[in-house]
Amino acid sequence: MFDPQSLKGRKVIIHDMTLRDGMHAKREQIGVELMVKVATALDAAGVPYLQVTHGAGLGGNSEQHGRAPHSNEEYLRAVVPNLKRAKASVLLIPGLGTMQELDRAYDCGARSVHCATHCTEADTTRQHIAHSRKLGMDTSGFLMMAHLNSPAGIAEQGKLMESYGANTIYVTDSAGALLPHEVQARIGALRDALLPETEIGFHGHHNMGLGIANSLAAIESGAGRIDVSSAGLGAGAGNTPLEVFVAVCERMGIETGCDLFLLMDLAEDIVWPMMDHMVRVDRDALTLGFAGVYSTFLLHAKRASAKTGVPARDILVELGRKKMIGGQEDMIEDTALTMAKERGLIQ
Amino acid sequence: MSKIKCALIGSGNIGTDLIYKLRRSEVLEPVWMVGIDPASEGLALAKELGLKVTSDGIDGLLPYIAADDIQIAFDATSAYVHAENSRKVNAQGVLMIDLTPAAIGPLCVPPVNLRGHTAKLEMNVNMISCAGQATIPMVYAVSRLQSVSYAEIIASLSSKSVGPGTRANLDEFTYTTSNALKVVGGAREGKAIAIINPAEPPMIMRNTVYCRTDEAPRAKEIIESVHDMIAQVQKYVPGYKLVNGPVFDGNRVAIYLEVAGLGDYLPRYAGNLDIMTAAATRTAEMFAEEILAGTIQLKPVKVA
Repeated sequence: MFDPQSLKGRKVIIHDMTLRDGMHAKREQIGVELMVKVATALDAAGVPYLQVTHGAGLGGNSEQHGRAPHSNEEYLRAVVPNLKRAKASVLLIPGLGTMQELDRAYDCGARSVHCATHCTEADTTRQHIAHSRKLGMDTSGFLMMAHLNSPAGIAEQGKLMESYGANTIYVTDSAGALLPHEVQARIGALRDALLPETEIGFHGHHNMGLGIANSLAAIESGAGRIDVSSAGLGAGAGNTPLEVFVAVCERMGIETGCDLFLLMDLAEDIVWPMMDHMVRVDRDALTLGFAGVYSTFLLHAKRASAKTGVPARDILVELGRKKMIGGQEDMIEDTALTMAKERGLIQ
Repeated sequence: MSKIKCALIGSGNIGTDLIYKLRRSEVLEPVWMVGIDPASEGLALAKELGLKVTSDGIDGLLPYIAADDIQIAFDATSAYVHAENSRKVNAQGVLMIDLTPAAIGPLCVPPVNLRGHTAKLEMNVNMISCAGQATIPMVYAVSRLQSVSYAEIIASLSSKSVGPGTRANLDEFTYTTSNALKVVGGAREGKAIAIINPAEPPMIMRNTVYCRTDEAPRAKEIIESVHDMIAQVQKYVPGYKLVNGPVFDGNRVAIYLEVAGLGDYLPRYAGNLDIMTAAATRTAEMFAEEILAGTIQLKPVKVA
């Protein structure tokens, strides 16, 4: 599939998601001390960007997305002073987070932002992208659930975000549903459409075991930024595992600037022990990838299943059928209740 | 029976849908529509339906207000021009119903606080946002029984029903709606979340309301209060429906709603737009009934 020659010597910017996407896998319960510990280790290993917020980003503390023990500002204020080289980034989903919250994150030291929207709704990010550029932040347009738009559609949406000021456009496989050739089609379409100086990123989920392969496919098609997570700590079956990805890159001659052994130690000694459940391709996580459902729905569906008696897999398949997208976590309990009524499990 | 004559400012989806709502009213009559684009579909339709139209903006209407006896105006343009529009029509004694997020006048959710506004003869009332109209009655249904420390709402809107104005200004939607959950809904803190879903066929507007009560929720009374309030909203939005809940989880009350529109100018899935035009119409009717009964009299607002 990959031409080793086309990858050799390529430089890739690693963006770590352990302390943001990983929050989902921890039901948003990572304390400040642990955040600082992980962030410090990532920084020491040469990871250039690391994201630090509630799993749903700025404005994420809510009934809908769960409450973290600390505010985003508290996390950033604790982490940023400990970073020697790395830049801290935040996630901002318009409709949930606001520019006021972005200003506060900036004041706490955040210098990069994933400005995220569903892959067909880029025009809801205009004011936020423009604002973050005005602040001088490294700004990515983050097209979530990218399997739900065609390569041409992704290119069109990416162009919009580029026109608002984004310096990087991400193909975000929130459901872990894309196959390598589908990643390549989307990244390739973006590369053709965007200005040469605009970077392209890929954010994968490992629900079908393709985190590494899809990231390599993305690089081959022109991506220069890859989102990863230590030990894969992230929603669903997790993100592209950082230490594995860096090892593969070294073998293939792709430059990441990261220290592999330090990353192995971080995963083994700090991140694995902090997991509440083993982040892996279990039955329900695989269903996410297979049915194209937002990875964050996983633990919500398991909870709704425990409440209503409807199997989590059935709930997830139904959510996929109803075309629910990221941010519609309220529809999980709603859907489970409706299914339970239909099945005579509740009144 | 005579009707109160109305002007519609803005010829987009909302303004055009309002024509249908007002034509059905027993006390309101749409007489003018104001646009800025002579080629707009809304203006053409308004003309076809017998309204007078101008594409010269608000200034194209002003000379005819007195002669045509316009007493109520609806502004469905944008927050940026609303204050100016309002000042100009208020100066001629015309009551302004504001459907933009400008919110310079008091916030209005008909079954919650409309009567207070008519009694005070407010000359500008704001309709908050679609999500506000859909969810605040539920927050109030809980807060009128026991104190609510926090209310959070999630509005899921079909992509096709969200116009360029809202898309370009999602933060305004968030701020306006969050504030109204407190001011009108009666919660101490408020948070509003909007999701735009592009599914085809388009999904009908959904809303979820979470309330955190200070004391343990009084389930039986809350269920009764919620059902009573739903019946109130259904009087002007028949497609307002409880899908699931109230679900009680500790001190959290969850209410899952669906809002289907009437399908006038806008398709049924666009319940978010329909609940705005229906609520605005309901608000205008309440003022109109008072005007017709002679209990209130609109007066020109002096410009300072």
